Amino acid sequence: MDKDMLKKQIENMKFQATMERWPLSKSIAAFQSLTMDIFNDDSKMKVRMLVRNPDDYMRETKRDIHKLPRNYDPTLHPLEAPREYTRALNAVKLERVFALPFIGSLDGHRDGLSCLGKNPDHLSWLFSGACDGELKLWDVAKRRVLYTVQAHDGFVRAVAYSQESSTLYTVGDDKLIKQWKCDAEDGSDLKAPVNTILTSGMLTGISPHRSKPVLATCGEACHLWEKSRAQPIKTFQWGVDSLQSIKFNQVEENILAACGSDRSIILYDMRESVPLRKVVLKMRSNSICWNPMEAFIFTAANEDYNLYTFDMRNLTSPLNVHSDHVSAVIDVDYSPTGKEFVSASYDKTVRLYDARQAHSRDIYHTKRMQRLTCAAWSLDDRFIYSGSDEMNIRIWKARAAEKLGVVKPRERTALQVNAKLVEKFVHHPAIKKIQRHRHVPKHVYNARNELRSGRIAARRKDYNVRTHTKRQLPVIPEKTKAIVSEQQ
Amino acid sequence: MSSPKADATIETYVVRSNATEHSKKKFKSRKDVEHLLKKCKNKKPTHSSTKTANGHVVKRKLPKFQSSHGKFSNSGAGQKFSRPNKMGEKDVRGETAEEEDPFPGNAPIPHSRILKHKRGKAEGLNKKGVAFLGNKIQLLKKEKLVKYSATLAARSEILLPEETGFLQPAKGDSTTEITQVQIKSSVDITSATKQFDLSLQFGPYAINYLRNGRKMLIGGRMGHVAAFDWVTKQLTCEMNVMESVHDVTWLHNETLFAVAQKQWTYIYDNQGIEVHCIKKLNDVLRMEFLPYHFLLATTNDRGTLSWLDVSMGKMVRRNHTHFGRLDVMCQNPRNAVLCCGHSKGTVSMWTPNFESPVVKMLCHPQPIRAVAVDPSGIYMATSSTDSSLKIWDLRTYNCLQSYKLGCGASNVTFSQRGLLAVSLGNIVEVYKDICTETVRKPYLKHFVGNSISGLKFCPYEDVLGVGHARGMCSMLVPGAGEPNFDALECNPFQTKSQRREAEVKSLLEKIQPELITLDPFELGEVNRSSVLEKFKEKTRYMFVKPPKIDVKPRKNAKTVNQFRIKQRLQLEQRMKHAVTASETTEKLVNKTDAPSTMPTAAPSVLDRFKPKPQKK
Repeated sequence: MDKDMLKKQIENMKFQATMERWPLSKSIAAFQSLTMDIFNDDSKMKVRMLVRNPDDYMRETKRDIHKLPRNYDPTLHPLEAPREYTRALNAVKLERVFALPFIGSLDGHRDGLSCLGKNPDHLSWLFSGACDGELKLWDVAKRRVLYTVQAHDGFVRAVAYSQESSTLYTVGDDKLIKQWKCDAEDGSDLKAPVNTILTSGMLTGISPHRSKPVLATCGEACHLWEKSRAQPIKTFQWGVDSLQSIKFNQVEENILAACGSDRSIILYDMRESVPLRKVVLKMRSNSICWNPMEAFIFTAANEDYNLYTFDMRNLTSPLNVHSDHVSAVIDVDYSPTGKEFVSASYDKTVRLYDARQAHSRDIYHTKRMQRLTCAAWSLDDRFIYSGSDEMNIRIWKARAAEKLGVVKPRERTALQVNAKLVEKFVHHPAIKKIQRHRHVPKHVYNARNELRSGRIAARRKDYNVRTHTKRQLPVIPEKTKAIVSEQQ
Repeated sequence: MSSPKADATIETYVVRSNATEHSKKKFKSRKDVEHLLKKCKNKKPTHSSTKTANGHVVKRKLPKFQSSHGKFSNSGAGQKFSRPNKMGEKDVRGETAEEEDPFPGNAPIPHSRILKHKRGKAEGLNKKGVAFLGNKIQLLKKEKLVKYSATLAARSEILLPEETGFLQPAKGDSTTEITQVQIKSSVDITSATKQFDLSLQFGPYAINYLRNGRKMLIGGRMGHVAAFDWVTKQLTCEMNVMESVHDVTWLHNETLFAVAQKQWTYIYDNQGIEVHCIKKLNDVLRMEFLPYHFLLATTNDRGTLSWLDVSMGKMVRRNHTHFGRLDVMCQNPRNAVLCCGHSKGTVSMWTPNFESPVVKMLCHPQPIRAVAVDPSGIYMATSSTDSSLKIWDLRTYNCLQSYKLGCGASNVTFSQRGLLAVSLGNIVEVYKDICTETVRKPYLKHFVGNSISGLKFCPYEDVLGVGHARGMCSMLVPGAGEPNFDALECNPFQTKSQRREAEVKSLLEKIQPELITLDPFELGEVNRSSVLEKFKEKTRYMFVKPPKIDVKPRKNAKTVNQFRIKQRLQLEQRMKHAVTASETTEKLVNKTDAPSTMPTAAPSVLDRFKPKPQKK
């Protein structure tokens, strides 16, 4: 114990010794013990008055916290509903006040971003590939580049980290699959690839198997590669000229999904020789992502401004259609909890969705951010990375109003209470309005109104056709309108 | 086991077992405990047996703990109760636990106590219409949570530290005969100091206690206003306003109070300095402060009822009641609705959102002299000049009890625990359980000696304040106050910093006056009618094409004017369209609804004889 502390303690003890505290309470205690004898006598009147010993209700020293006795009797807490409503209103306002999602941008690339890659072994590492073939390794926590390397000639099409071999895979427009070691803390392992495979066709995506030394690439067909082999071990083809995106399922590890330029989404099983099934949508899907927690669910980012969540067991109708973007959706990535996902769109905005909701819960944009090419949800579930055309990677908070840094227990409880209150009263118009209100760029605002009026007109037309025709028109639910067919 | 660490663990076990013995004594007779210990000693090595006793009598049966120590057990007795462990042996300790635990499971809670903490119907909801299983599960979970929270709140009542006061007469006597002097002589010194008389000369006194019961405010008709801590008798401020004073009331805390003077209402701070003179509140007779809304409600000589927002100084509403002089008023603490008594024998209830009273009830055939509502907001007491006192149920607006008193009670007030104090000329009578049972005799009676002008129970204390023509007196009424306060609501032991914090918090949580309704829980319920309306609104424009708006302005008109003209015309056309749209929609909706509501029977051969449907 240091000297100062000791001094303070001694002083405190002296203070306690000198001060005769609560003579009143002592007298009360003495009296109560006396009256106990009287109380046992039945022939006398018995009185007990309400007396509180101040010692029980006041803190002993100034360094203590205040004593706050509680009584949950509802009559002592009148007007419960209006008070909670007012608190909820304040909470939702505060949430909007503190909603500052933009944290910073990582600039350094000399061309537009083309892909982002996360590293499960290093939470703060982020790989980014650019359109000029440059690969960068970022330390996001310090917001600086760790290493830069010219990985490919032409675009770096995809970056993927394999935890199984703890190596990085990239594919580029030069038809090469490159394997990189990245063990060194300063990223200097990225100096040269440890392995390079020259392939015969164009490559657009790559995804490593979770536990086996197997890779899947897509391009003109879906190929499966094994480490240290120059030729693919398996090739899947289903009358498609090219595939844009491919992803291994991280739970059901042998399942793959890819989206093709013939507007289809194809499912493969690694153990079989032919693809499983495919679904054809009205427009092309740009990217695909599996839900990391629910093995059978995946979401595809589509050209028709929507995202479609499918259950792989039933592709005839999507589970949910996530709208709100006003231009083609380019990329989608799930949060590690599987409850939310982020989508990057050509309309220069990033949107966050609850996986079960049709409309986005938040929209992120800045004045300078151009068309987005890729987005990723950080593996600690707190941040979002977005890469865009104008050579910047931006870091956002996953929950716009979240406080970064240490949150003390009392503060956390208060925040939780507020969140619960907002949840309770969210259907009240005043609260809902504040919670859902966002300033959006003018082009998004106008496009949204235009799209809305188009949708209303279409619906009206449909209704009018229905009411004035003698034919029996089939009713197609809004969900399945975008599905053309499912093939097995 | 020879290592020092192991020895240490044994020691700690022994110590812990001692502790459990103490706890056992509480629950069981000593004999049983000895028996248990003996049993354990016979069966097992000492150190494990002490552990056994520890693990089981206090913590009850913990299967995990059991199986890990199963190897010590060796008996086959009591197989019925014990749970077989992995080794195939029977665990004796499981059996002892079943035998020895005198109170298995959670302690039972009386149903009435759980009922007190329930917030309405949340269990056994009809889940027929819920389409998705996930939603159904969520609903079930929520129901469970609601039930759990009510039980938990009821269970936590055991933690409340204080007990209510009581008064029990000697055998064969009734409490009515017990005088204040007797009570004062037989209570402790601290409580005895709470009984005092102040003889003052400035006429009939109006009194008011602060919400946490620490401070008192008195206002004499002849202009004497004083604020003081009534427990320590320490004076905060005192003055003579040199005007008649009709009513006094504390505002949200002890730093501000309002005084209704001859002409206008004034607000003073705790040093007696005039902070505001509110000329909009003139000729005020009665004042009530609504603490959660920060509203000062006043009634005046000419039948005007006004609500003033004291946090902003804004007049929220002034209602002309057309009931004449309003000198009888109280607030319903449950929903912050004001109840006014009138000379025609009616009681009217007012919110600041309507011009007319939300409730008007005929209570007495004669003018009403006093009104009071109990803290739960269920019962209302009214007294009339025909010397009757009636208790009303505010849920059904029915009369529960009707009493005849010696004369018309000029003041009526409820305490926190439901005691009713009534002033009859110069006598104060306090009744117990008056709302739920027909009472024959008062609980307490006190002869004040002067005509009584003000009557208030002190919150969180067993004290009744009585203002009269010659000052005021403070009476002891055991069992009147709520013994356990909630420090986040009202804290009698509040420090200055806590007061400041509470002020900020309560201002942040100020309820808007629009939210004052008869049922305060309405806000947490589903507004069915508006949901339906919204649905209609949504479908309204759907089916009819809006007309094309074609505006040809004059050639020479200015662009701004052109724009305005266009806007106006557009609006007109839209309004017209809305009417036609709604009409056609209604038609369409009715048309589409019609076939679905018709009963669809199976086709039969007799169908051909039915009239054919008309072709359109």
